[in-house]
Amino acid sequence: MMIGPSRQSDRKAKVLFGLWAVLLISPYAWASGFSLNDQCPPSFALDSNNQCQLRNLYQFYNSLQDQGLGGLKTALPNHRDGFSPQQIDLGRLLFFDPVLSGNKDLSCANCHNPALGFSDGMARSVGASGQVHSRSAPTLWNSAFLKSLLWDARANNLEQQALGPLFSEIEMGNNPEQLLANLNQVEAYPGLFAQAFPSSEDALVIANITTALAAFQSSLISLNSPYDRYAHGDSKALNPDQLEGLNVFRSFVARCSQCHTPPLFTNQQVAVIGTPEPEGMARDIGAQATFGAERLRGGFKVPTLRNIALTAPYMHSGRFATLREATEFYTKGRGHAVPEGEELLLHWHISEPNLTATELDRLVDFMGALSDESFMPKIPEQVPSGLLH
Amino acid sequence: MNNRIKIVLVIITFAGGWILGSNNNTAPVITSSMGGASYAGGYQADQQQAEGAVALRTEQGQVHVVNDGDSIQAAVEAAQPGDTIQVMPGTYSETVYIDKDDIHLLGVIQGGARATMDGLSKLNDAILYSGNNIVIENFRITKYKGNGIMGQAGNNFEIRNNVIVDTGIYGIFPQLGTNGLVEHNVVSGIEDAAIYIGMSDNIHVAYNEVFDSVAGIEIENSRHAVVENNNAHNNTGGILAFVTPGLPIKTTYDVIIRNNFVLDNNTPNFGAPGSIVSGIPAGTGILVMAADDVIIEGNIISGNKTAGIIVNDHSFATTITMDVESDPNSDRTMILDNVMLNNGYDTIAEVKAVALTELHTGLVDIVHVGPSEGSCIINRHRYRTVGIGDYADCDFTNTDSIDNYLVAGGAERRVIHPSERGEIAYLGVCTGCHSYTGRLIGPSVEVIQAMYAGNPEGLVAYINAPVKVRDNFPPMPAQNYLDAETQMAVAEYMLALEK
Repeated sequence: MMIGPSRQSDRKAKVLFGLWAVLLISPYAWASGFSLNDQCPPSFALDSNNQCQLRNLYQFYNSLQDQGLGGLKTALPNHRDGFSPQQIDLGRLLFFDPVLSGNKDLSCANCHNPALGFSDGMARSVGASGQVHSRSAPTLWNSAFLKSLLWDARANNLEQQALGPLFSEIEMGNNPEQLLANLNQVEAYPGLFAQAFPSSEDALVIANITTALAAFQSSLISLNSPYDRYAHGDSKALNPDQLEGLNVFRSFVARCSQCHTPPLFTNQQVAVIGTPEPEGMARDIGAQATFGAERLRGGFKVPTLRNIALTAPYMHSGRFATLREATEFYTKGRGHAVPEGEELLLHWHISEPNLTATELDRLVDFMGALSDESFMPKIPEQVPSGLLH
Repeated sequence: MNNRIKIVLVIITFAGGWILGSNNNTAPVITSSMGGASYAGGYQADQQQAEGAVALRTEQGQVHVVNDGDSIQAAVEAAQPGDTIQVMPGTYSETVYIDKDDIHLLGVIQGGARATMDGLSKLNDAILYSGNNIVIENFRITKYKGNGIMGQAGNNFEIRNNVIVDTGIYGIFPQLGTNGLVEHNVVSGIEDAAIYIGMSDNIHVAYNEVFDSVAGIEIENSRHAVVENNNAHNNTGGILAFVTPGLPIKTTYDVIIRNNFVLDNNTPNFGAPGSIVSGIPAGTGILVMAADDVIIEGNIISGNKTAGIIVNDHSFATTITMDVESDPNSDRTMILDNVMLNNGYDTIAEVKAVALTELHTGLVDIVHVGPSEGSCIINRHRYRTVGIGDYADCDFTNTDSIDNYLVAGGAERRVIHPSERGEIAYLGVCTGCHSYTGRLIGPSVEVIQAMYAGNPEGLVAYINAPVKVRDNFPPMPAQNYLDAETQMAVAEYMLALEK
């Protein structure tokens, strides 16, 4: 039997070579005790190209024009995947590492806190030097499915999005030169980048930072809520209140599902709905700036409602403290919160549905059935910079 | 439209009108629509054209009879795919939702008395469905606040012979579905569209009577639709083919509007402020807005005071949003023979202004505003027209080659190989709690494999109704929402897993 032993020795040689290669290219990573996971996160299959491919039950279904919009048994929109396990894991370390901010004080996870639905529990987020942002931090769950990112839809992919907060003066307050210098000073990072990007000659570059962050963010999958079990076929997965809420949600009186369309619970469009800004804050023109279109003044991307119960307060500038208040906004009358003299072209589905108090309660009950954190990533106990506190 | 463009347009169309006007003395060329070339574009199915949208059942399931005073929803919950629900004459005040496949929900008509769903002006929608292969027939629906019948992503549906009176926003509204038939319904008194096909494909709307509504029949952000043999009268607008910007599905194309009566649609607009249809001028027969490849053939269009046919682009509508992803123009409008009488007798200022640029006064059968790339018409001399100077002569005269755009055999279903099915379910669900080696939340796959080696049936039985086995582990939620095929696939997949 020649085949067996020769295979075995092949494997041994590979392992030895692999170990040697790791030691050679990432002495720091090895020495510092950080190494990258070679397995995909839950919900991903590792293919033969060392890429993680998303698997979920919605892949059993089709959708009209492959747009990922519809009812219960409908496919999701196209998603980002295909990152390596090492890129995802490096992204995870970077995500929690305050060394990414200019003053090494703020990590991505400060505003996108896993314990708060990857948001921060604040109406408007606070930057590295204490500046109050004009907008609320959106959840990162299921961002793999989004065609555009940021409230005003100005980023077309996760990589482009990541550049925003990193280099914004009122967010992480860094700049490319300083970011690279700071990461290079952390013993482990050059080796970890080399491990995650083995074909890059110089692995520690901005593009690889944003790729790793995109890789991690696209691994945040939440598709196993009670609603999902109902959608796939368990008629008892929603309690009677939640079921009643679902029927209000998709009714053409409340019309919630017309924009928060299943299965992602967003249709990914920009909508002008006219929520009030916080006291004293000027009107945020939103997508008008992105598209240079006055008709989109005050327009924002329709957010997903998955895990919405975890991410109070609500709306782009966090004006509503509770989900109940945010829901009630829609029944108080078209344009009721638009100040006099303000011209907004309100979305046609902003109507006067006259929902009852009970219907509002049931809608809140239903949205509570969209929560699922079963694929919560592991939060690192320490990050390569040692700055986690 | 800004003023400078308007002025340029006036000059260009004036010049065009003058040149055309100088040729007016020759006898018109009459194109016969009897015989001749048939339309060769449109939806190309490999299969033969379909008879209906829902396949005939080879075997009947159970029949559930609902009597006056019973709950229709209770019968829906008791029904299995393949079953029929017969609702006896009587009054039912409830919202019925069908979240399963292959249910036929049939009202029983006895001596003219129908099963009546009455929303009492306080219930939201009468019938909602999300399942595939749904048939809804013979109901009378009235006084709901939302929709009469609404589909959300169900494919292969038939909605027929319902009478929907004075019911909220839309009478019949299938959305995000493929392959549907809406026929023989009588719908009136609707605040938006009596029949609204929204973001759907392969639709046939035939033999319906729609009246006293803001819009009669609306085909919006949808493709491959035939609207034929309907009577749309006394609405604000009769039949519409639209692209509404800001919706996630961006196109409308390949729509045939033929052999309909489109009569006296002069009802004052009572659409909700801000709604798209609230901008439709009363007196609109057929309206094409930003939709492509629309064929208008064989209709009797008469007595619509603004115009018989209006073709325009998004710039004409000032109340709608901006959407960089939606093409604002109506391209390739094709107008074949129609009978058009007494349209545009009291038209709106916007149409008058465009007419004036061509020195046209009086009645208006057809008006086109905006670019009209690839549009054509036959026998243009018959009509009172404005803005169609650049329409070519169509090189076909009829759509006889197309019976319908329904999908023979039904909408395509995703075919999943059993091995793929097991992997999807394992990774998509189980890996939240189970890893191959070592405890995550539940026991490792290795431990499970040791317990159920060679016994996937045992594992299926367990995941259907889990019982607590280990003291220091949380209870496992039942996975009974997965169908039997998926349960077996995932059990076999887990037992075969090697890492």
